[in-house]
Amino acid sequence: MDLNIAWFALIWVLFAGYAILDGFDLGVGVLHLFARDNRERRIHMNAIGPVWDGNEVWLLTAGGALFAAFPPVYATVFSGLYLALMLVLFALIFRAVSMEFRGQVDRPGWRRVWDWSFGLGSLVPAIIFGVAVGNILRGLPIEADGTLNVPFLALLNPYALLIGILSLVMFVMHGAAYLAVKTEGDLQQRMARWTIGAWMAFVVLYLAATLATFFVSPFLFESVLSNVLFWIFFLLLLASIVYIPIANRAGKFLRTFLASSATIAAMIGLTATSLFPRMVPSSLDLASSLTIYNASSTPRTLTVMLVIALIGMPLVIVYTAYIYRTFAGKVVITEESY
Amino acid sequence: MNLDPLFLSRLQFALTIGFHFLFPPLTIGLAWLLVFIEWRGWRHGDEDCIRAGKFFGKILGLTFAVGVATGIVMEFQFGTNWAEYSKYVGDIFGAPLAAEAIFAFFLESAFLGLYLFGRGKVSKGMHWFSSLMVAFGSMLSAFWIIVANSWQQTPAGYEIRNGRAELTDFWAAVFNPSTADRFLHTFVGCLIAGAFLMAGVSAYLVLKNRGAQVGRKTLKMSLIFGLIVSVLALFPTGDHHAKQVARTQPEKFAAIEGLVHGQTRAPLAIFGIPSGEPPRLSLKVGIPAVLSWMAFGDADAYVPGIEDLREAGHPTPPFVITFVSFHTMVGLGTFFIVSTALGVFLLPRNKLYETRWYLKLLLWVIPLPLIACQLGWIVAEVGRQPWVVYRLLKTEDAHSTNVTGGEVLFSIIMFGLIYLMLGVLYVFILVRNVKHGPELLPAKEAR
Repeated sequence: MDLNIAWFALIWVLFAGYAILDGFDLGVGVLHLFARDNRERRIHMNAIGPVWDGNEVWLLTAGGALFAAFPPVYATVFSGLYLALMLVLFALIFRAVSMEFRGQVDRPGWRRVWDWSFGLGSLVPAIIFGVAVGNILRGLPIEADGTLNVPFLALLNPYALLIGILSLVMFVMHGAAYLAVKTEGDLQQRMARWTIGAWMAFVVLYLAATLATFFVSPFLFESVLSNVLFWIFFLLLLASIVYIPIANRAGKFLRTFLASSATIAAMIGLTATSLFPRMVPSSLDLASSLTIYNASSTPRTLTVMLVIALIGMPLVIVYTAYIYRTFAGKVVITEESY
Repeated sequence: MNLDPLFLSRLQFALTIGFHFLFPPLTIGLAWLLVFIEWRGWRHGDEDCIRAGKFFGKILGLTFAVGVATGIVMEFQFGTNWAEYSKYVGDIFGAPLAAEAIFAFFLESAFLGLYLFGRGKVSKGMHWFSSLMVAFGSMLSAFWIIVANSWQQTPAGYEIRNGRAELTDFWAAVFNPSTADRFLHTFVGCLIAGAFLMAGVSAYLVLKNRGAQVGRKTLKMSLIFGLIVSVLALFPTGDHHAKQVARTQPEKFAAIEGLVHGQTRAPLAIFGIPSGEPPRLSLKVGIPAVLSWMAFGDADAYVPGIEDLREAGHPTPPFVITFVSFHTMVGLGTFFIVSTALGVFLLPRNKLYETRWYLKLLLWVIPLPLIACQLGWIVAEVGRQPWVVYRLLKTEDAHSTNVTGGEVLFSIIMFGLIYLMLGVLYVFILVRNVKHGPELLPAKEAR
């Protein structure tokens, strides 16, 4: 395995880590819009309170790693999708501060403002991340000289919107599964119902999306069927999707959540495998695509970065696991809570 | 209307980095002070310190949240607005950003959750350790960001190949000629900001007799700490940083010191009115030979001036902004030493807590170290112009050519509105928290 392939894999691992970890934060944020009273809203926020910040760092790390390992991809995609990325940034700003601000003033009007800001600040990224992936799978109009400029409205094509809704549904399912772990009684039962509802929508939309992809971007299917990784991810996806409702019905919510995490990982794995070795296909001419070879940093930088990642990420995983264990169990509202 | 995306992108970068850079200094400074306070609370069972930890911990959490929210923008803005820059330097510049996320940002974010929410859930020792990791992580964050920025100031460990800067020596790029001096000076500046915030808030608590016992302790700690770091900001860190600029970026140094014509026995300007093109310093009052001595340790050393550097083909940075920012920063730095020294002088005579005008002064000067940090950053960044990477890439060649002026205008307006709101709310909530005082917070752990 060469360095470029290793970094292709690592970038996708980082994005998958983000989708799994901050994914449930986004889902909880969306579900927050449907909470019934102040107590429930506080439970939503405090369920992710101690961990969301660390989860969001996965996005920053993925962005930084993309910059370091594949600078032309980082530069081309983020400038080409300027307004979409700005919208995500605005939304993430609102989400971050809502939790901190909401509990500061004990007035219903004040809380309502930050409830909406928290909910929409989670909803918008949950959709746009999907829209962005949809557009990448569809191919972006990258010219032969590597320039890209897509008007914002062109990103909102039916295929990308379908993937956007798919990602929203996926994050809602994931967030509901997480909340079922963190809550009790009536709220927990309702979250179990949300999980199953979102699961059904997810299955239907995923089938539709796969079918649509076959027509929109047939090149994605060209060589994957002979790739063993594709089949591993495919089987993992199948198994975890089937297991979600089983665990959910049995009331084993931690397992539901893990299955939902596995679903996300497998789905991203499938996406990455079918894109490989391209990072961003060009819709004008596949030969103009940004690939792991024509858009990478030098072997020296990739090596240095690999060393940094191999030292740093295991440490991150160890203390993150410790912190998750510390905050395991049901949400209890205390004086430190939001 | 013809909207210039280059100008607007520069404006947006200045706005977003300037606003973001208000929060990390407070976070870093407060976090290190809290390491000390939490240690006393844990090891000595000091109930005032436990209360102080909870009280300032809340302020840390608030500051950190706004810092994170505005910091995400920075990670992506190189790609969105400075695509040409990103392609040119990505092989080198991306690594420190990624290292910052992996080594530092994960650490501070994860442990901040444990610090803020874990009281009573983990052992007291572990809780103290989490405050240490927050402080250490935030310092490490600053280090990697300064590494990246210092490479723009004094690039090293690279070769220009394939139309871009390619890494040849990682450690030479990381510890380029300006990294160490710039990191230490910036870090100390952050500590001053934290010390003044804590001192000002504590002074308020003493003045209003609201949790005054806690306030006295934190006032004393933050003033002593503040004096030490204020002195360190001038010497050795400020002095070394200036010497490094003289060595490595003569154009910036000439602009900072207002030296128009190069000379031996160059005088140190202690007063002067700068004016723009051509750069001139009128009504100049200088001490002969001191600049030569300070810059190169030799009173007879030759210090190149703006004009001779121009003749050699090296353009001058915007003179007035660089000169004024630098001298205002130095003036503020002097004020920090004098004001904290006065407080420490009043301490053993037990007059500190009764000298009401002094306590009021401390309250009103809370923002000054932040202004000094901003000015320092302006000197660093404006003083490097017209280069985005010193003598390698001009700012005008670095922006995204595929982003339109209208798009950037839209995002500037949005950032402007959102940041204005964040700034107002931050101050509003900070003031509310301070007025609430630390008294109501229980010192014993509620399990």
